Amino acid sequence: MYAFDYKKVASLEDAQKVFESADDGTFMAGGMTLIPTLKQRLASPTDVIDLDGIDELRGINVDSHSVTIGAMTCHADVAASSDVKKAIPALAHLASLIGDPQVRNRGTIGGSIANNDPAADYPGALVGLGATVHTTKKTVSADDFFTGMFETALEENELVTKVSFPIPEKAAYQKFPNPASRYAVVGAFVAKTSDGIRVAITGAGPTVFRVPEMEKELTGSFTVDAISDIAVPTHELNSDLHATAEYRAHLIGVMAKRAVADCG
Amino acid sequence: MANDTQQVLTAHTGQPAVFEEARDPVTRRAFIKSVIATGAVASTGGLMLTGLSGCSDDATPAAGSVERLVTLNINGKSRPVDVLPNESLAMTLRYKLGLTGTKLACDRGECGACTVLIDDVTHNSCSTLTHSVRGREVTTVEGLEQPDGALHPVQQAMIDELGPQCGFCTPGQVMSGVALLKNNPSPTREEVREGMAGNLCRCGAYDHYLNSIMRAARVS
Repeated sequence: MYAFDYKKVASLEDAQKVFESADDGTFMAGGMTLIPTLKQRLASPTDVIDLDGIDELRGINVDSHSVTIGAMTCHADVAASSDVKKAIPALAHLASLIGDPQVRNRGTIGGSIANNDPAADYPGALVGLGATVHTTKKTVSADDFFTGMFETALEENELVTKVSFPIPEKAAYQKFPNPASRYAVVGAFVAKTSDGIRVAITGAGPTVFRVPEMEKELTGSFTVDAISDIAVPTHELNSDLHATAEYRAHLIGVMAKRAVADCG
Repeated sequence: MANDTQQVLTAHTGQPAVFEEARDPVTRRAFIKSVIATGAVASTGGLMLTGLSGCSDDATPAAGSVERLVTLNINGKSRPVDVLPNESLAMTLRYKLGLTGTKLACDRGECGACTVLIDDVTHNSCSTLTHSVRGREVTTVEGLEQPDGALHPVQQAMIDELGPQCGFCTPGQVMSGVALLKNNPSPTREEVREGMAGNLCRCGAYDHYLNSIMRAARVS
């Protein structure tokens, strides 16, 4: 790691002030991506601003129509929450599949979506459920939040504060994990919501995306057979040592069908 | 050969090798440590003044830096220690406090060899900044033993089941097992498999580790 200064803050206001005064500051949520990145010397911030002390960013709130999760809530807490399991079981299930126990104890939903790794799980849930992202500057729909590979609608010195998920009629997440890292080679989140059917795919492309053809067919008939003939074009999919674009395209069909079957 | 070992160790830590006093002044481990420390002073005095090479290029902290002298709660004891702002907990434990039971392997949060408990929850200490655990309770594998020297049931079960093969990943496996059984005293084998999923073993002794944790669950 290059040298940097460590700053722990207790409020969002402090965090933003410290960021303003730093030459080249960076925020740290759980640090599960940031710290390895620093170790590989892929980043050299002058200041690391630790958000761990901001209690208002932590917590889960469930009401009759939505589940709201504070940005600094770790994956293990979402996975273990009986409220989340009851309201949106697929969301708790998704959180339980992220990385390994040590990562889930530290990694946060805010950090995950702000980083927007193409193989992250949470973007699938956000787009699949039509969630709303609340930040220090705005309220934005998940569809507009994820803009590209490691790119989001966040501006400099803007922090995610919470994510609000509308409770769907039914939903399921199925992923084909990399056997070592548990990152999604392909993950499919399918939900039947009051605004219609949503199919979100993570892991396969530069960022999470929806499959309108599948959504249309599932609206006509919410069955596995309805989407069995839909082929997703390969030209915008990722191809790397884990999987070729063709394999990912195939997996999108398989995972989406499994998710539909899982919805029951 | 011995000299080479000293060189490597010192280049890795790059700082005066000051280890904590062992309870028993003449244990084998304490003896080896003292030889390493003395050899390092004799052979590589220049290197020692360059700061923690694994942590930083720059031993001089930036202006307005976080207070470096901190007191950590490690295994129930208050441990004052000088910590760089960019230092990982694994580095502090191993090279400042001499708690070498915590292993460093991948150093990027993938293998789990550095697993410790922070407030009873497993964390990869290689991917935790030491300054972030001020005010928290850190438990390493050295902190599991009872005051009378009795091993933790997970440690004893590892011995009884011949859990480890080479043993390098064992401290991390033990810590994950301890945390798992705290939350779920009677797990199924599948739950243990999931709970231990963050700890890699290059020997492939996974089934033996599973046997160990299942035994620990039965006896405790």
